[in-house]
Amino acid sequence: MTATLLDRDPEAWFTEQSLSRSRRVRNAIATTWMVGAVAVALVPVALIAGYVAVKGAKVMSWTFLSKNIPFDLGFSGGGIWPAIGGTLILTGVASLLSVPLGVLAAVYLNEYGRQNRLARVIRFMTDVMTGVPSIVMGLFISLIWVRSGLHYGLSTFAGALALGCLMLPIVIRSSEEMLKLVPDQLRQASEALGARRSTTVFRVVLPAALAGIVSGAMLAVARAAGETAPLLFTIGTASSLSTHIFSQTNTALSAQIWYNAQQPFAAAQDRAWGAALTLIALVFLCTLVARVVSARFSQLEV
Amino acid sequence: MTAFPSAPPRPLRKDGAEGSTRRVLDEWRDHAFRAVALAAGLSVLTILALIAFVTTRQAWPIFHKEGLRFVTQTTWDPAHENFGALSFIYGTAVSSAIAIAFAIPLSLGIALFTTELAPRRWRRPVVYLVDLLAAIPSVVYGLWALAVLKNPAQHFYQHIANTIGKVPGLSRLFGGQAQGASFFTAGLVLAVMITPIITAISREVFSTIPQDDKNAALAMGATRWEMLRATVFPRARSGIVGAVMLGLGRALGETILVALIIGSNHQITSHLFKPGDSLAAVIAHEFGEGSGDPTYRAALIGLAVLLFVFTIVINVAARAIANRSVHTGSNA
Repeated sequence: MTATLLDRDPEAWFTEQSLSRSRRVRNAIATTWMVGAVAVALVPVALIAGYVAVKGAKVMSWTFLSKNIPFDLGFSGGGIWPAIGGTLILTGVASLLSVPLGVLAAVYLNEYGRQNRLARVIRFMTDVMTGVPSIVMGLFISLIWVRSGLHYGLSTFAGALALGCLMLPIVIRSSEEMLKLVPDQLRQASEALGARRSTTVFRVVLPAALAGIVSGAMLAVARAAGETAPLLFTIGTASSLSTHIFSQTNTALSAQIWYNAQQPFAAAQDRAWGAALTLIALVFLCTLVARVVSARFSQLEV
Repeated sequence: MTAFPSAPPRPLRKDGAEGSTRRVLDEWRDHAFRAVALAAGLSVLTILALIAFVTTRQAWPIFHKEGLRFVTQTTWDPAHENFGALSFIYGTAVSSAIAIAFAIPLSLGIALFTTELAPRRWRRPVVYLVDLLAAIPSVVYGLWALAVLKNPAQHFYQHIANTIGKVPGLSRLFGGQAQGASFFTAGLVLAVMITPIITAISREVFSTIPQDDKNAALAMGATRWEMLRATVFPRARSGIVGAVMLGLGRALGETILVALIIGSNHQITSHLFKPGDSLAAVIAHEFGEGSGDPTYRAALIGLAVLLFVFTIVINVAARAIANRSVHTGSNA
């Protein structure tokens, strides 16, 4: 390509008309490809959003949101409330487990380890951990918690452990990015006043990065709320709201979609769509909160 | 970012008897906090090591019993204690390959559109659009594929099978009785699911290429496409490879969507419109029921070990490539 460019008369480069037909055609094809790719990506978004909205709205009602799930998924009626509560409790407990741990890990990476070898290894393995399939995570928790010699059994906590393992790397990486944004002058000012590193972290660095960390955590929650595979072998199922975290089985919106989608009955299909609409609304709410918080953060930073 | 001095000057310790106990306590607290933070950082390595250890140990009976046949044998028959994973490895590979084949042009097109082509005000909406694809839970993709896409897809495939499928060479891929729940449908929806991650990383890689280089190419009279070929692609190549491999890792490990739409059929066939099964999908469908028989259980855990090894290898390689590319790109 460059060769043909240099072969040409330098004066002629400047006018569009001088472009040979093949060069113009190639450029047009490339442009069409880029625009086309965006157009193609619009199709599944529009189709899925459309179907979820229309089919979900058909069953959506206060009853659907507030009633228990029928024992037999083929029965019509009932609601999805236990799954909504389950998703909220599961992601809540998972956040309690993974966010403090993740933020501490990010503090180590950015405030202590920096570029030393251990910090680099941890950073790299954190990235790798985001790629561990969620089903493997669920199976792992099932092996060490649910079916281990400890016989803890299926419970909300087991599911939260699995979701927490998935959230952990996301929280670490997003928190570290936020800690990086805190200007070094703040740290130096704090140290110059005689504060120790831990005091600097708690009083200066973390407050400065708080909004960003919260926003990253919300995105991790949004991701965890949509996960199904880690829950399959950890939480069991439930048809009424389950609040005992360690001793009761539970259910979640994603799990309800999974079970109902595989049923041939119309009632189950409807329930799956309703649960899908509820889940997507929940995920979007989390994402929206994250965006609002981070937008405020970037305003404050200036 | 400016480097932070690794050891900031500490206040002198022995500056008088007064308050020295407090100072010692303070110092201890400082050390304790550092240790806690370090432990949190090490938790990632601990979890990964535990996953590898626990799953391998529990799957050991099956590796011991079947040996290499576990990955070379096609028969998966729990009733007769025959456990060969080859058809699942095949299904995982084929559905991921289809996904990658569709996702590469799609993702690179979108990434180039946002970095090179679109006017500034168009960039954000397109980024949001891709984020939207990433925000849809995989089980919702699965529900949609199963309830909406499956039947029209079968008619469409059958149409293709009756036309292109009659061509001698292509009949092995597209011929025969087509089914909606198949390798192809799974691959197609997987492609949409992995598009956001490939797009995001390619976008990052493209944006590290200096504007000056691009301007230079344009000033020489290159068309946009020639500019891309001369300045952007050569530098972005390894980054794109890394991005695609990350997408591949995601496709290999995706469970719920594939479990719903690949058709759950233990077979190895070159026909893309036929149902199959994948490693992750088999675990999802069978681990719950396989709990009684210890060998069956070990075999299913063995599948998880295979899946873990594949995805870890791909992710390590992909991250190494992608990191290096973003680094050299920004330093150049």
